[in-house]
Amino acid sequence: MPISVKFFARLRETLQRDGATLDYSPGMTVTQVWQQVSGGIDMPDNTLMAVNMEYVTRTQAVRDGDEVAFFPPVTGG
Amino acid sequence: MRIAILGSSFEPYTEVSAHERAMNAAGKFGACATFIGSTREFNLQDGIHALTLEHYPGMTERYLKLIADEAMQRWPLLDLLILHRVGELHPGDPIVAVAVWSAHRGAAFDSCRYVMEELKSRAPFWKKETFENHASWVDKNTEAG
Repeated sequence: MPISVKFFARLRETLQRDGATLDYSPGMTVTQVWQQVSGGIDMPDNTLMAVNMEYVTRTQAVRDGDEVAFFPPVTGG
Repeated sequence: MRIAILGSSFEPYTEVSAHERAMNAAGKFGACATFIGSTREFNLQDGIHALTLEHYPGMTERYLKLIADEAMQRWPLLDLLILHRVGELHPGDPIVAVAVWSAHRGAAFDSCRYVMEELKSRAPFWKKETFENHASWVDKNTEAG
């Protein structure tokens, strides 16, 4: 099962896509997921990330079939 | 407990009142604290025509529930209501309503504030402001003052 990637808000516009899928490889981290789907764009320092809808840090390992999301600081309320 | 993400306009006072009636708990609470947030016509710049609220379906609901559960565990609350808009809003439109019911005012005031501050820092929503000739994402929320 591939890894599903989602982008939101300003990041979605910057990357000009709302998501992507990629094949899992052992030892893959969230940062490596970004590198493979961002088209060479550096991750902004303030980027937040989640795996399976739970906040994680950049070094978090991912598993096959995970949903990985990248988004800017939240501004609700 | 009710948590809802709403795609169209809502009337917060009607919702809070309806929820309180549905609780059927008259006499069991002595305090209800509410926070209602509305769309401003100004932020860092004047002249906001519209505000678009985006969210992460699934994760947003999950974090609102998590925050609500934290509040229920931390304070002796009878019930809690969180409503939050998504989609296009205009100045004056309500964005968010939080209401909490408890026996005493301390728990009501403190837990209502807690839910709002946690929502603002953890629930994945994003605002985009539309002006007459351009639109821009809001980079961060204003500090609680």
